[in-house]
Amino acid sequence: MHSLPDHKGYFGSFGGRFVPETLMTALLELEESYRNFKENPQFQQELQYYLQQYCGRPTPLYYADRLTKRLGGAKVYLKREDLNHTGAHKINNTLGQGLMAVKMGKKRVIAETGAGQHGVATATVATMFGLKCTIYMGEEDIRRQELNVFRMKLLGASVIPVSSGSKTLKDATNEALRDWVANVDNTHYIIGSVVGPHPYPAMVRDFQKVIGLETKDQLFNIAGKLPDYLVACVGGGSNAAGFFYPFIEENAVGLIGVEAAGKGLSTAYHAATLSAGKPGVLHGNLSYLLQDEAGQVAIAHSISAGLDYPGVGPEHAYLKESGRACYVAVTDAEALKAFRMLARLEGIICALESAHALAYLEQLAPKLSTQQSVVVCLSGRGDKDVASVSKALKEADL
Amino acid sequence: MNRIDSTFGRLRMENRKGIIAYVTAGDPDLETTEKIVLKLAESGASMVELGVPFSDPVADGPVIQAASARALKNKVTLEKVLDLAGRIRKYSDIPLLVMTYYNPVYAYGNKRFVEKALASGLDGVIIPDLPLEEAGLPAKSLREAGLHYIYLLAPTSSPSRIKKTVTSASGFIYCVSVAGVTGARDFITTAGLRLLKDTRSLTDLPLALGFGISCPEQVRALGDQADAVIIGSALVKLIEKGGTEEEVLERVGSFLNKFRC
Repeated sequence: MHSLPDHKGYFGSFGGRFVPETLMTALLELEESYRNFKENPQFQQELQYYLQQYCGRPTPLYYADRLTKRLGGAKVYLKREDLNHTGAHKINNTLGQGLMAVKMGKKRVIAETGAGQHGVATATVATMFGLKCTIYMGEEDIRRQELNVFRMKLLGASVIPVSSGSKTLKDATNEALRDWVANVDNTHYIIGSVVGPHPYPAMVRDFQKVIGLETKDQLFNIAGKLPDYLVACVGGGSNAAGFFYPFIEENAVGLIGVEAAGKGLSTAYHAATLSAGKPGVLHGNLSYLLQDEAGQVAIAHSISAGLDYPGVGPEHAYLKESGRACYVAVTDAEALKAFRMLARLEGIICALESAHALAYLEQLAPKLSTQQSVVVCLSGRGDKDVASVSKALKEADL
Repeated sequence: MNRIDSTFGRLRMENRKGIIAYVTAGDPDLETTEKIVLKLAESGASMVELGVPFSDPVADGPVIQAASARALKNKVTLEKVLDLAGRIRKYSDIPLLVMTYYNPVYAYGNKRFVEKALASGLDGVIIPDLPLEEAGLPAKSLREAGLHYIYLLAPTSSPSRIKKTVTSASGFIYCVSVAGVTGARDFITTAGLRLLKDTRSLTDLPLALGFGISCPEQVRALGDQADAVIIGSALVKLIEKGGTEEEVLERVGSFLNKFRC
């Protein structure tokens, strides 16, 4: 597997550590700890235990027969991250970072959350490991994801509403960073995606690479070969990063990240950072960014709270520039249709985030032969979204 | 000679402590900021820091966040703040710094930024999200143009980081008094004092203490442990209170006057 990032945290020209001096010592310590845990068999064994016994891994790789027939082309497999405990891939990372926090002697964890899936996964793990937990969430997201807010509170976390800026994930991240600056001695910040300053993008990817490793083994057992394409949604990009990583050096496997085109790339209402942004610095790293001419960060828009972020992980920026992966975007309406299609054909209600990856399949699968295969990362389940989907379907007259 | 160096030279000869006043440029508007800067210069400020508003100011507390949001509503940009510095420079010799997050500089282009900063008569640049490891290139090009790139140190900075920072630093070192964001506090933490002491033992460069400085008592209690203090949120709050332009100028002027020593 490729060896990036380099020792300064760069994937090619993207990544780095753009944070206030107050956090630098903590980041250097975290990098050191992470390097040790990565090589430590006992830590890895303990993490495996929790992934299997607590989280329910490995998650199935499901051949979606009816969906395949409907699309009329490549065989479609779904990597069922929605079947993880708490309902999304997010817990792969929070278990890893939570266990690290315990080993580093931290008593408190904090996190930002958009859709609430990362917040729930953090609150869950914090409770299980006996850590205090504070979750920052934008007011707009609190409104959209009421169910997850209740779940976090039920799990004993305190949820702090963030009312600055766009009142979404970007602003929740700002507030979590401010908390960390002030409490860095006793607090570990569990960043939920492959964003933030080094070592987060690499560390979160490594905790998520279990998705890709399992997929590789499972498909080999079923079909005796590698997939032709992997398709995953990209907000910050953690499920895609972990899904792609074990395949990066398998050049025959096409890697496709699907961003949220919101109301369309020609409007101001989208969250397609790699498709429509340009390089910039936000939340500690240099990557693609939605921004205006003066370098002010733009407000992203997506029907999916988990993709509603104007930045993206620096490794994705690198994979785009190097041409190894390609990034496309689908609209709110296309995602909604895919959401309903999967429910009707396969009896699976997936997260709106994952529905973006599925929506792209309608363009991809029919162009491929029936001998070819595509694996879609079904990053989460859709219980959290049913209320907003019901409203959106009515509004869009779909 | 850079105005920051000559000012600290003079302060040391007169055995006085410097007052560095921070305002968010464009709050309430750029014309008023210009008048406020002149008022600050008349009222005992030794240097002025012009804050460039940013959409995501992670190192700032609520007061400067709100000022930043107001200035952004006025469409204030890095370029407009540098133009403001240029106008002030025409009739004042007070050392001027800009404090900006890195993305506006990155979007403007490093080279273009240095040229414009020089042409505007700027003396120094502070970029709170550009630590030692990332500051290399911008710091070097600013310095070659005769401007200071001001490094920050925090109570969490390790001894080896303090050592590396003092070797790279010029102008002065911005010592952050607390592990936290900007905002007025009424005491100085022992961690802040220890940082000053540790840094002093390694360098003769002027040390400025910032974050949380809001009253003359704090400054007097500091004695000669710092060469200057930076006053930000406390001033911004007085500007936020509003009223007529005369009232605002009178308010910031009399506030700053209390710090003369």
